[in-house]
Amino acid sequence: MPHSDSVLIETRHLTRTFGQGARQVRAVDDVSLCLRRGEIASVVGESGSGKSTLARLLLRLLQPTAGQILFEGVDVTGKSSLRELRQYWRKVQAVFQDPFSSFNQFLTVRKLLERVLGLETPSLDPEAREARVRWALEQVALNPDAILGKLSHEMSGGERQRVMIARALVVRPLVLVADEPTTMVDASSRASILNLLLDLRDEFGMTILFITHDVSLATYVSDTLFVMQHGRLVESGPVEKITESPEHPYTRQLFADAFSMSERG
Amino acid sequence: MSLLLEARHVTAGYVLEGTGPIETRPTIQAVADVSLELQEGDVLGIAGESGCGKSTLATILAGVVRPPLRVTAGEVWIAGQEVPLEGPAGAPSKGRQSADLLGRVVAMLPQGAMNALNPTLGVQDFVYDVLRSHIPEITRQEAVERAKERMERLGLPPRVLGAYPHQLSGGMKQRVVAVVSTLLNPDVLVADEPTSALDVTSQRMLLALLLNFLEQRIIRGIVFITHELPLLRYIARRVAVMYAGQLVEVGPTDRVLFTPSHPYTQALMHATIVLEKGTRRQRIKTVGGAPPELVTPPPGCRFHPRCPVAMPICSQAVPPTVPVGERHEAACWYVAGDPSGEAGAAGHAAQ
Repeated sequence: MPHSDSVLIETRHLTRTFGQGARQVRAVDDVSLCLRRGEIASVVGESGSGKSTLARLLLRLLQPTAGQILFEGVDVTGKSSLRELRQYWRKVQAVFQDPFSSFNQFLTVRKLLERVLGLETPSLDPEAREARVRWALEQVALNPDAILGKLSHEMSGGERQRVMIARALVVRPLVLVADEPTTMVDASSRASILNLLLDLRDEFGMTILFITHDVSLATYVSDTLFVMQHGRLVESGPVEKITESPEHPYTRQLFADAFSMSERG
Repeated sequence: MSLLLEARHVTAGYVLEGTGPIETRPTIQAVADVSLELQEGDVLGIAGESGCGKSTLATILAGVVRPPLRVTAGEVWIAGQEVPLEGPAGAPSKGRQSADLLGRVVAMLPQGAMNALNPTLGVQDFVYDVLRSHIPEITRQEAVERAKERMERLGLPPRVLGAYPHQLSGGMKQRVVAVVSTLLNPDVLVADEPTSALDVTSQRMLLALLLNFLEQRIIRGIVFITHELPLLRYIARRVAVMYAGQLVEVGPTDRVLFTPSHPYTQALMHATIVLEKGTRRQRIKTVGGAPPELVTPPPGCRFHPRCPVAMPICSQAVPPTVPVGERHEAACWYVAGDPSGEAGAAGHAAQ
């Protein structure tokens, strides 16, 4: 595949297995995909389809068994010293599903955000830190003065998830990997978090990989869809094309299974 | 139609740590004057967001009130029996009584029901443990036979009885626990967000199983609690919407969801993302602000600080519950005072 400037992350035959012999599971199986600059791409599939493993591979939290990850055209698969990883994490940040467990309950919002700034090289002076932290909170529509001193239990689930997104934004990454960020928040906060992802794309040209089992959410927020089943990428393409004429039977099933407002049991 | 479950003016709260008599300590007022009915053979949906009191209401309906939760007013009746809720004077726990009621009259299926399975026990040992606690004289073989027969009747593979929990998927575990919790044919099943940890395919299978319980007359009614409106549209015949401990709207599912009267129900519907809405490239409106804390809830209508049509009276007095259609009510000053609006028109139609 020729490398083009618009491609930010590319995977080639990316594979990750767990276990040995007959009990071996191919969690991610020969996945080749491209993530373009400034797009929101969604990975959809049922539980156990390999979505989160793919996210962890792209975040370099997990080494692949085989295959490559190219970032801005450079193979980063083998670059796994702490220094190289920290460089990578300056550019690729994550938000996870559970704002209750991914939040250090002993840290205030200020501490939590300042810690991430440790990834910056050269390091920032205190004033620049403060400005950056405030900027990040403002991007997620939180009032810095009201929230900087709070601990996790003093916030609602929706607020916590916004703080986690601000935490990711504070280093001004190129890519945000959001792994089921709305699963544990309420219906009304869910829409505002998705709207926030749309704003990040439109205002900063941020590239976002959104991972979800809910095709309704994926359809609302994304430009590109990747459909995974049993670790394999079974269908990918522009969201309009896939919603109009899904080709793979599994994609059709996913869309058929989504609950609509017009259906009765 | 006959009345299966009735809750009358239930008020309950979580008493916080403190000194002095229990009545004067700060309390999280999680459920405020809630009255509900469930008819025989029906599914009642309760919609609302985190912290609105819907899980608290579920534990009260299921008769499993434990400190620091305290019911200060109201009563719950299921199939002619009063569900014991600890009395206002902090009466001694009626533990024994509620054990008789639990499983036989009312059963509860919570979000993390699947975690009830013991990872070191096979599913059939779990079944035996559960049945033995209700029927001391039952033998292991009888218990397993009973579960096997029930699984076959519901179209689930009986072989899962021989499995360990880690060998089953999350969806299957949730269905197994649902089957086990209804082995004694309770009158009412209270399902509290039972699908929220499952993917859509497993969600569908669980909902189909619950409806199958009703069809096969294993249970006589379901209270289904969720914040997912599309799920309620699928399973519930009536929907009650809760906000900050108060019931804001109750009525037939389609009327509540498609012609909502209360501003909060309207906002919730606007924020719901579904495929067919054509929302692609069309930004969804969200409710501004956040739900209030409930130690000192806003006076009057608890939604008034976020309400787009709030009037001075909304912060002064609790709104009256007014009919807005056939068996359809909303608790809102705006709806009560505006006979020309959508809600008012519905009210006229009902008359």
